[in-house]
Amino acid sequence: MGARVLRFVLPALVRLMAAGCAVAAAAEPPALAPLDLIEIADGVYVHEGKQESWGATTHGDVANLGFIVGSRCVAVIDSGGSPAIGVALRAAVERTTPTPICYVINTHTHPDHVFGNVAFTGMDPPPQFVGHARLAAALAARAPFYLNALERDLGIAADPALIVFPGVPVADTLELDLGERVLSLRAWPTAHTDNDLTVFDERTGTLFASDLLFVGHIPVIDGRLTGWLSVMQEMVKMRPARVVPGHGGVSADWPGIMAPQEQYLRAILDQTREAIRNRVTIGEAVERVANDAATEWLLAEQFHRRNVTAAYAELEWED
Amino acid sequence: MNTVRQLIAAATISLLALSASAFAQSGNADDPDANPMWQQVRASLFKERPIISPADDMIVLEAPSRAQDAAIVPISIKTRFAQSKERYVDKLYLIIDNNPSPVGAVFHFTPLSGRADIETRVRVDAYTHIRAIAEMNDGQIYMSTRFVKASGGCSAPPGKDAAAAMASLGKMRFRVEGDVAANKPVLAQLMISHPNNSGLVMDQLTRHYTPAHFVRKIEVSYAGKPVLTADVDFSISENPNFRFYFIPTGEGELKAEVVDTNDLRFETALNVQPEK
Repeated sequence: MGARVLRFVLPALVRLMAAGCAVAAAAEPPALAPLDLIEIADGVYVHEGKQESWGATTHGDVANLGFIVGSRCVAVIDSGGSPAIGVALRAAVERTTPTPICYVINTHTHPDHVFGNVAFTGMDPPPQFVGHARLAAALAARAPFYLNALERDLGIAADPALIVFPGVPVADTLELDLGERVLSLRAWPTAHTDNDLTVFDERTGTLFASDLLFVGHIPVIDGRLTGWLSVMQEMVKMRPARVVPGHGGVSADWPGIMAPQEQYLRAILDQTREAIRNRVTIGEAVERVANDAATEWLLAEQFHRRNVTAAYAELEWED
Repeated sequence: MNTVRQLIAAATISLLALSASAFAQSGNADDPDANPMWQQVRASLFKERPIISPADDMIVLEAPSRAQDAAIVPISIKTRFAQSKERYVDKLYLIIDNNPSPVGAVFHFTPLSGRADIETRVRVDAYTHIRAIAEMNDGQIYMSTRFVKASGGCSAPPGKDAAAAMASLGKMRFRVEGDVAANKPVLAQLMISHPNNSGLVMDQLTRHYTPAHFVRKIEVSYAGKPVLTADVDFSISENPNFRFYFIPTGEGELKAEVVDTNDLRFETALNVQPEK
């Protein structure tokens, strides 16, 4: 299968801005990165986000996004870390196919996956927003925090309208029929977050694993470490032909691609438990636990000790 | 089309702001005395009384210079002397200058505390100085100060698993660590499962703030005599966690009573049998 590379730049947006806003033109703002999309399987398109921090230097473009085209409907899977990325993704869909976008699926609450949602709300008819049954509550609780981050890091005024809540909650599983292709959605118990949702395209065997799978980018614990390890044991039973992680490259090596993440999370689990048993305090544990296991990951400096903090706070309540 | 125009406007603002992406921080690492909030706190708690600082031979505050998770910043306050009837820390203040409520905790000790040391975890809302201030029984005041870079701790969403947090509210863990010998300071740990909601987090669906609901008082006694009393607020992290000392004089019950802002009361106790 020859991978077709579609290159969707934002020239139209930049031109509009230059025409409509002389100040912007005069300031010569840095160009937004082009949004590359690859057709990884028949009708399945993926944009790989940068393996960097969400923030100004990446324009929030750090998460993997995609869309899947059926005969009647398109489903977008995650919308990107800023409204502008959402606009670019929507433009990409519209250039690829006249088929309407019926669904925007959010795989979890994190800003790098949901801040493009607003770009799809003005469509006629608007798509349905689909997420884990606990996504709405998580977004509600975190929205002010994420909006502050958007304003602070990307300079976008904090407007509550930028938070788009799911209209279709998934409590367990849900099938979406796109026309001659069915997507199986699965809501998971608390793992990476308390609202992780995976999307499986039955026709091509492509699994969008959400942030339940990190490749290259260090896994981030924002839910429950023990829950995540159990969820991974369940995920191994799936039989995808290829998998799209939430961060990092698409892979056909399943479940092998999940092994480094499992090793890292197990190292944190084992060593944090040992630290707690030995009455090592949380402050000391954060300095020592699983430092070796962290070194091979990108962004370890930013997230590893935070992961240990989260693991400690969770595991000290174990019996 | 309105939405698209709004988006373009948003993107424009975004690009304009990129060049000035460094955001202002109210905290200044250089001069711990200059902060107006600290000056207010100082005036209200200590008036014109002298504060000796640094006083590393008396009290030391340990805190990470850059916190990994602003909602769980581990801190440790160590005093350099044992509590005795002649000389003891009466009150220990934990002040976080730039938090919405700067007085995070006031710990009351007695000679029976053994040592006036405390370890806990706090929320840090902005780059700030954190202070541990010991008021002695003779009226002397000693202070240790650290600057901590962290932000968003008080307005951060409570909990990584909201449903689980509410289900376990009020559950406690209480234990002593190491060998328990009579008349020697013994380290104890008290863990309280509580969301400790700050009241500063708005629910974007309901447009209401999650009501403040946090642990406000902790009283620990041994064999009926107080060893630690703490008035605390939402600067203490979710699932409040304290390590402290007490002196077991003989067999007795170590008891902790906790009251939160909804007047919910939780109690836990531990039988302690020191080796002679």
